[in-house]
Amino acid sequence: MASTKEISQQKLSLGAGLVSLLGRVALAVGIPLIAFYVLYLGFIFLRDSNAPRGVIALVAIVWGVGGVAALYWVFNDLVERLSDAWKSRLLPFVFVGPAMAILAWYLAIPTLRTFWISLFDRNGPPEGLNLFQQLTSDSFVGLSNYAAVFTESLMREAFRNNLLWIIFGSTFSVIFGLVIAVLADRSRIENAAKSLIFLPMAISFVGASIIWNFIYEYRPAGQPQVGLLNAIVTSLGGQPQAWPQWVAISPWNNLFLIVIVIWLQAGYAMVLFSAALKGIPEEILEASRIDGANEFQIFFKIMIPSIRGTIISVWTTIVIFTLKIFDVVWVMTGGQFGTHVIATQFYRQAFTNRNSGFGAAIAIVLLIAVIPVMYYNLKQFREREAF
Amino acid sequence: MKSGKRQKLLGSLFVNGTLLLLVILWTVPTLGIFISSFRNRNDIAVSGWWNVFPHREWKVTREIDPVAAGLNPDGVMEVEGVSGTFDQFRAGLTTPEGERLIWVGNKRIGRIQVQEKVWTVSWNFTLDNYRQVLGGQNFEFTRPDGTVEVVPGDNMAGAFLNSLAVTVPSTVIPILIAAFAAYAFAWMNFPGRRTLFIMVVALLVVPLQIALVPILRDYRALNLNGTFLAIWLAHTGFGLALATYLLYNYISSLPRDILESAFIDGASHFTVFTRLILPLSLPALASFAIFQFLWVWNDYLVALIFLGGNPEFELVTQRMAAIVGARGQDWHLLTAGAFVSMILPLAVFFGLQRFFVRGLLAGSVKG
Repeated sequence: MASTKEISQQKLSLGAGLVSLLGRVALAVGIPLIAFYVLYLGFIFLRDSNAPRGVIALVAIVWGVGGVAALYWVFNDLVERLSDAWKSRLLPFVFVGPAMAILAWYLAIPTLRTFWISLFDRNGPPEGLNLFQQLTSDSFVGLSNYAAVFTESLMREAFRNNLLWIIFGSTFSVIFGLVIAVLADRSRIENAAKSLIFLPMAISFVGASIIWNFIYEYRPAGQPQVGLLNAIVTSLGGQPQAWPQWVAISPWNNLFLIVIVIWLQAGYAMVLFSAALKGIPEEILEASRIDGANEFQIFFKIMIPSIRGTIISVWTTIVIFTLKIFDVVWVMTGGQFGTHVIATQFYRQAFTNRNSGFGAAIAIVLLIAVIPVMYYNLKQFREREAF
Repeated sequence: MKSGKRQKLLGSLFVNGTLLLLVILWTVPTLGIFISSFRNRNDIAVSGWWNVFPHREWKVTREIDPVAAGLNPDGVMEVEGVSGTFDQFRAGLTTPEGERLIWVGNKRIGRIQVQEKVWTVSWNFTLDNYRQVLGGQNFEFTRPDGTVEVVPGDNMAGAFLNSLAVTVPSTVIPILIAAFAAYAFAWMNFPGRRTLFIMVVALLVVPLQIALVPILRDYRALNLNGTFLAIWLAHTGFGLALATYLLYNYISSLPRDILESAFIDGASHFTVFTRLILPLSLPALASFAIFQFLWVWNDYLVALIFLGGNPEFELVTQRMAAIVGARGQDWHLLTAGAFVSMILPLAVFFGLQRFFVRGLLAGSVKG
């Protein structure tokens, strides 16, 4: 009797177990399916809907942010249903997986693909062929895109201009940043002054270009000048000029564009220098003052050597920045009047001329130019262990 | 002792004076377009924005009719103690009292104006520029002569909403993904941990230009080009390496015992992450969020390439660049538009300056 009871109980628990297993499987499969379906509906809605702009923006924000959070939750939930051994094996990949996938898709693999594309003519590697067939096709041009990068006259102009950007842009940003940081350190208006100086960092390049275009605004001589620079020049008896477009002084008309980046970046330099200066022990400064050093000696012999590391890392950061400069030139002159830089050439070749091979070669050259500077910078970060 | 005091005073004068000069130099460009954006369209076109400050300007006080005064324009004329030829009067002559005499009109039926320098301000402020640049509808503008011109609005309001729809997810998504990854790198054990992290650091160097050509091909193949998803993912991809690296630095420095006691209490990794790590990392998350927000909001290149084909989804930077290209002389629109595009970044900047500085010091500079 007892055994039949047990058996029926076993049967019962087997049935219940089966039901609960089925339920778990259904949940495990069903929740992700529902989640994916809802996300897909949201995607279609955003792509095709004609709803008012505000509604679309709101749905986009909720869908985008909520969707990503939901995906993590769903995958975590799935993995947590597994046995402990599998859980500890799989869970880390739920956490790092999405980041690695996106980095691979957007940065790692594109680097290889761009290099590959740079070996082919304007249409890139022909589609539908395997690697070997691509190599033997007529589109394969070897390194000749790279040869063109270094010989084409507009490219040479771009390299020359980028050199100007690096030399003047980064050097003056650092000098102004340093001077302002030192002055602000001794001033009573320190915080207000610093806020106003690094305010331009919040402004877009497009916005900054408009601001400076307005300063350079040109009206023919005799008419009232509404641009500040020309108003000053004419009131001093000079001739008004369309400064960035002034080809007669090429390549120095680039300086009128470089000023914009100095204006934007000096604040960044200032913030880092300010923090570094505050790290110099007060006793050292006090001791050298007692020894009779004047303020200039203190500046050159004590302050600059003690924040040398910061100065170099700020300088290299701005060098990278100026190497990749695009928006300012594109909005101000579109690269005309002898103001092309590497990044505008890249855009012109890759997207305006639709010459993928050439554009890709420029991008690779840009990458190679950036690597040593960035490597140095990262080493600095390591040593500082910021945050 | 006395000379020491004097030197100190001079020193502080030099420091504050130079600093003030630099601050003015840095502020004037922004101030110029801010003031201009509120000026009347006609004023912007004919006078500099600095005319809103008190300045001296020639004002006509009375007019002399040369015929009635019996003057002969062909010879030397004498008026109010000044003598000169017609051409000299046309250019303007100054009387000993400081007034200016100027001949307006032609030789036969012209008049001589007597002008006086007076202090004046040009305070004819208006919100019309903002109305025109924000609105999507036609906008009526009354010219000084009374005629009405109908001009299309620039729909910056729409672009503003688009920018919001692009920027908010493009800020939150990479931070969320990076925080999960940073947590795993810092507190979980799995094969390939070191290799993967070194890969993340190595990818910090890759300029985004590298990715544009291949990703655009993928987007065309997937039919994603011109959608919000496309640009969110792109910004996520381009910001993720730095976000992971910075958040790892922060999360790995959190005290180990807090987490261990949570695990002993039976908490899962997911719970520890959402309940403990995220709240504790708030300062780091906030400083990176500000930077990612500013990059995405101010970005032009990525939007140009991945949203460029879809005018409905134009962002503020694209809208502004389009106005510069099409109507680069319309300063009443450009100045107002530039300010609309700057208002949110400036609010974020001033509201969260503490985190902004903190983020800068931690290395939030996009490579």
